Amino acid sequence: MRLYGTDIASRLMLGTAQYPSPAVLAEAFHRSGAGIATVSVRREAGGERAGGAFWDLVRELGVTVLPNTAGCHSVREAVTTAQMARELFDTTWVKLEVIGHADTLQPDPFGLVEAARILTDEGFNVFPYTTEDVVLADRLLGAGCEVLMPWGAPIGTGLGLTNIYGLRTLRAQFPDVPMVVDAGLGLPSQAAMAMEMGYDAVLLNTAVAKAGDPAAMADGFARAVEAGRLAFEADPMEPRDMAAPSTPVIGKAFLE
Amino acid sequence: MKITVNGTETEVTAETLSAALTELGYGDAKVATAVNEAFVPAMARDVALSPGDRLEIVAPRQGG
Repeated sequence: MRLYGTDIASRLMLGTAQYPSPAVLAEAFHRSGAGIATVSVRREAGGERAGGAFWDLVRELGVTVLPNTAGCHSVREAVTTAQMARELFDTTWVKLEVIGHADTLQPDPFGLVEAARILTDEGFNVFPYTTEDVVLADRLLGAGCEVLMPWGAPIGTGLGLTNIYGLRTLRAQFPDVPMVVDAGLGLPSQAAMAMEMGYDAVLLNTAVAKAGDPAAMADGFARAVEAGRLAFEADPMEPRDMAAPSTPVIGKAFLE
Repeated sequence: MKITVNGTETEVTAETLSAALTELGYGDAKVATAVNEAFVPAMARDVALSPGDRLEIVAPRQGG
């Protein structure tokens, strides 16, 4: 998988938040085989040094870092956060979140496009957290985004792919654009479904971090993502309404 | 002078952002800064502070 000119071996992208401990986080990453880790920037007190410790942990994971603008509700806030993240993590990649609705954490489509354009002009490689809306996707591509990250369901819900028709339409409309289903996945089967639909990757966090055994769940997701991708590449059969015997009819013994 | 540091009103004697970071105990910490909601790159921290400035100091954290 190639994203903004960088080859990424795994199609599973994993968040770094909400794990019971740094050790569990590290184990989950190792079991997942994830090639990209999402991270954030947050306030630090003088003398705290928590940021340095976390950064050391992430570097030991040996993954590509994708900083986010989580929690930002305005264009200015998102742009400033992205600029701070670029300096901290020394990367032009940013997972752009401009949240428009507090309860659903649905992206603000207007702010998202505006922020994407500003950041692209400043040399960022923008990974916009978006919906399955095809018009919004078209605007984001026009703003300079080369990757899209539509939600499966609202962040942290674990509801899976709540609008399969919309996601299928989006995939079909932009077959050559790398697309990552980001957010809302709760189970490996949902990740497999996204991959079977032709999505290039999935990004998740809560489903692994909040599982009883995060490392085992990470393993489960890794296998599901691989299985789903294999199925997509294998060109699945067309479903049909009527039964069709798989065992040859000709040659059956006549026993009545 | 009084400035706001990460949402908390704070008294500092420092006159520049760089000096304020040292005074507030950030030293060699891996942080990024914004003053009055505008990003200030590490290279530009010799910028003068004014009373009432809103300073944000952030560091790497877990994220989804």
